[in-house]
Amino acid sequence: MTIDLDETTLPKLLKSNAEKFGSHKTALREKKLGIWNSYSWQDYFESVRLFSLGLTALGLAKEDKVVIIGNNRPTSLYAEIATQAAGGVSVGLYQDATPRELAQVLRQFDVRIVVAEDQEQVDKVLEIIGHGSSLIAVIYCDPRGMRNYRHEGLASYQSVLQMGRDLGEREPALFDRMVAQGKGDDIAIISTTSGATGPPKGTLLSHRNMLSMARSLNEVEVKRESDEFVSFLPLAWFGEQMMSLASALSVGFTVNFPEKPDTVLADLREIGPQIMFSPPRVWETIAATVQVKIMETTPFKRFMYTTFMGVGQKIATLKLGGRPVPFFWRLLNGVAYLCLFRALLDRLGLSRVRSALTGGSALGADVFTFFHAIGINLKQVYGLTEISGVACIHRDGDVRGDTVGLPLPGTEIRISATGEILARSAGAFRGYYQDDAATAAAFDEGWLRTGDAGSIDADGHLTVIDRTGDVMALSDGSAFAPQFAENKLKFSPYIKEAMVVGHARPFLTALICIDGRVVGKWAGDNKLNYTTFSNLATRAEVSDLLGKELAAVNLSLPETAKISRYALLYKELDADDEELTRTGKMRRAVVGERYSEIIEAMYAGQETVPIDTAIELPDGKSARIQTTVLIRTLG
Amino acid sequence: MVQLSCTDIQLNFGGVRALSGVSFEVRQGEIFAIIGPNGAGKSSMLNCISGVYQPQVGKITFEGADISGLPPDQRAKMGIARSFQNIALFKGMTVIDNLLIGRHLHQNAGLLQGGLYFGPAQREEIQNREFVEEIIEFLSIQSIRKKVVGTLPYGYQKRVELARALALEPKILLLDEPMAGMNLEEKEDMSRFIIDTNEERGITVIMIEHDMGVVMDLSHSLCVLDFGRKIADGTPEQVQQNPNVIKAYLGEEHQ
Repeated sequence: MTIDLDETTLPKLLKSNAEKFGSHKTALREKKLGIWNSYSWQDYFESVRLFSLGLTALGLAKEDKVVIIGNNRPTSLYAEIATQAAGGVSVGLYQDATPRELAQVLRQFDVRIVVAEDQEQVDKVLEIIGHGSSLIAVIYCDPRGMRNYRHEGLASYQSVLQMGRDLGEREPALFDRMVAQGKGDDIAIISTTSGATGPPKGTLLSHRNMLSMARSLNEVEVKRESDEFVSFLPLAWFGEQMMSLASALSVGFTVNFPEKPDTVLADLREIGPQIMFSPPRVWETIAATVQVKIMETTPFKRFMYTTFMGVGQKIATLKLGGRPVPFFWRLLNGVAYLCLFRALLDRLGLSRVRSALTGGSALGADVFTFFHAIGINLKQVYGLTEISGVACIHRDGDVRGDTVGLPLPGTEIRISATGEILARSAGAFRGYYQDDAATAAAFDEGWLRTGDAGSIDADGHLTVIDRTGDVMALSDGSAFAPQFAENKLKFSPYIKEAMVVGHARPFLTALICIDGRVVGKWAGDNKLNYTTFSNLATRAEVSDLLGKELAAVNLSLPETAKISRYALLYKELDADDEELTRTGKMRRAVVGERYSEIIEAMYAGQETVPIDTAIELPDGKSARIQTTVLIRTLG
Repeated sequence: MVQLSCTDIQLNFGGVRALSGVSFEVRQGEIFAIIGPNGAGKSSMLNCISGVYQPQVGKITFEGADISGLPPDQRAKMGIARSFQNIALFKGMTVIDNLLIGRHLHQNAGLLQGGLYFGPAQREEIQNREFVEEIIEFLSIQSIRKKVVGTLPYGYQKRVELARALALEPKILLLDEPMAGMNLEEKEDMSRFIIDTNEERGITVIMIEHDMGVVMDLSHSLCVLDFGRKIADGTPEQVQQNPNVIKAYLGEEHQ
C-alpha cells in the first residue's frame, strides 16, 4: 500500500477504501441478537460522513476534542473518524473509567463533545458536569434507559445522524471539503498514556504517526485484505487503535465486534481470526485458563495434555533458543498437533491465527513458550504510546523468549550512557498536550526516551530489562529486574499478580495476589472451607500452597535473586483502587505504599501482620477487613 | 384503569384457611407488590390469579372479564404470565429452547408444516427467534443462550425464568420472589429489568417480595397479607406508617 504520508489522513483513507471496495467487501461486522451483521466499506463511509456532518452541525470546530467512551462497537470507530474528518481530535477513555477520571480528562483537554455508548456512561458524565464546563453535547448511542432523561445538550446518535443528513443536503460539498483539508501532520488522537508511573499525560499523535507505524509494521508482519480481526480490547488502548483503525484502514481487513464482553471467547471462535494483538494479561489469562481446565478434566485428557505439551515445550524451547529442531522431534510434533494442539487451538478460537502479537508490557518467558509449544507463532512487540505503539518486533523464524526483537523498518534504537533505551522514528509523537516541559523531557537530542532500561545483543535483538526506575540493586550490587521474577510467578495459575521487593534490601521478598477463582477451586477440591477472598487468602493452607509455587520459581532464579519471604495480599489488586492501570499493569509505587506495613513486617522478621481496614467491594459496598496476613520464609 | 381485581377471595386446603376475604385492585401499568410474613398466603394468592388454585369463594376479573373459572392455559392466552419461586424451567434444555417454548401460545403451525419445516412454519420460527433474541438482549443473557439451564448458577436461572415469562408477550406479569437468593448487585440488575419491563414494555407487574428496600423503591402500590387476611394496602408510604403492618411484619424500633 503506497500512502503519501504528508497528505493521507484516516478519513481520507476510509474514503479511498470506500471508493475501491464499495459495497462488495465487508469492512465491519457486529454481532447483534445472535447474528452477525455486516457493513461494507461503503456503509462505513456513509455512517462516518453523516455523523461527521452531525458533529459539525452541533458546533464542533477545528482541533476541538471529542471523548469517546464505551464498549467495542462500530459506532466508536465511526465517532472517531467522523471527529477527525470534521477537523477535531478524538480522545479515547476506558469504559470502566470512574467519574473522577472522566472529570479530570474533560477538564484537562477542554473536551467539547462526549460520545457515550450507553446510559451507564452518560450517567457518569452527568454526575460530574459542573458550571463552566466546556461540553456542548453528550451523544449516546444506545437509547435503552434514556427515555426519561431531559438534559440540555443530550442527543441520541440517531438524532445526530439526522442533523448530519440535513446539513449534507444543505451543503453537499461540505464533507468532501473538510476531508480534503486534512493533512498528515494534523493531530488525529490524544492517547492518555497508561500512567503506570504518575497521572496520565495526553500524548498527541498525528495521522502520519499512526499510518507510518501501520505501514512499517505491515512490512514485517504482513496482513492481508482477506484477514479477520476481532476487536475486544478497549479502544482506548493504543494497541487496539493500531489494529482496528490504522492497520485495518491501511490494509483493508475486516474488524469484527463481539456481542458483549462476556461472549468474547465464543465470538472469537465463531470468527476464527488470523490476526491477534493483545496485552500480556490476555495471553496470561488464556494460558491460565488452559491449565485450570486441564486440572479439572479427566485423567486421560490430563495424560494426553502432559505428554504432548512436553513435546511442544521441547520444540518451542529449541526454536526460541535459535537451535535447529531434529527431524524426529518434528515428527513427534506432528503427532502432538493431531492429538492435542489442533483441538486445543480450536477450543480457544485460535485455529487460524497467523499473526499473534503481544505488546504493552513484558510477557513472561514461560507464557511465551507455552504459546509456541501449542503452535502459535507469538511475537513480542515493544513500543510505547509515544512512538505510536511499535518500535521493535520479532521477525519470523527469529523469535526469542527473552528479547523483544529487532527495530521496525524506519525505526532506530540505541542505548544511552545510563542504560536507557532511546528510539527514533516517524512514529514518534508530536508532544504532550499543553505540557512543553514534559515534551522536552521526553526527548534526548531528538531521540525519544523510553524510560526502560535495556541492552542490544550481537544479533541486534533488544532486551528490555525493566523500567529504569524499577531496576533493583541487589545485595551484591548487581542489577536485577523485578519484572523477571514477577512474570515467572504470574505463570502459575494460582498467582494473579506479584510484586517483588528488594531494592537496597538485604534480601528479596514478594507480595502475592492470588487468583481467587483458581485457588477457590483448589480449596473446594481439598475440602477447605472459606468465605470471602480475604478469608481464603489468609489461610495457612493457601499460604503453604503458594509457598510451593514460589519455591519452584526460586529454582530458576539466580542465587542472589531468590525470594526469601512472601506474604499473600488480603484483597485483590484493582484498577479502581489505582493499584493497577486500566490495562492491568501494576502500579509499583502505589502498591508499595499501600501495603508498606506488610513489606516492613517481612523485613522485620515478623511472622504475622494484623490487618484492620476498610475496603470497597466490586459491587460498591464497603467492608471492614479484620484478618491476619501470614508471612512465610522460604527455605 | 383497573386491570385486575380480586374480590373476597377465600381459599381453603381442607381445614386450613389459606386466604380469607382478600380483595384488592391492580391498575394497568403499575408495579403492585404483595408482602407479608412467611405463610401469609402470598404465593397462594398468586396461584389463584394464575389459575393453579381455584378459590372456594370470591371472584377474579381481568380487563373486565370474569376469569374465576378459567384454567391456567386460558389465562395465559389472555395475557397473564408468571414466574415461579423455585424455577420451573426445563432443566435439560438450553436457554434458547426454553424461551422458544414460551412462544408456544403464539405459534400456529401444525404438525405437518412444522415437521417438514417449510413456508409459514419457517417464517414463524424466524419471527419467534427474533422476538426471543430481543428479550435475550433486554436481559443481557447472550453469553448463556446455548447453555443447558440445569448447569447455570441460580441467579442466571432466575433471569431465564423472567425471560420465559416475557416470551409470552404478557399484559400482566406475576413474579414470585424474583430477588430471592441474590446479592446486592444482582438485585440491582433485577430491579432494573423489572422497571424496564414495566416502563419500556408497559407490562403491569404483580410481585411478591421480601426485600423491603426493593419493594418500597419499585412498587407504586402494595398490599399486605398476614395469616391469609389483608391487613393494609395503599402506596408504600402509607403502608410503611400503618401500625398493623409494623406490628405484624415490618418490626418496631425498641428503645
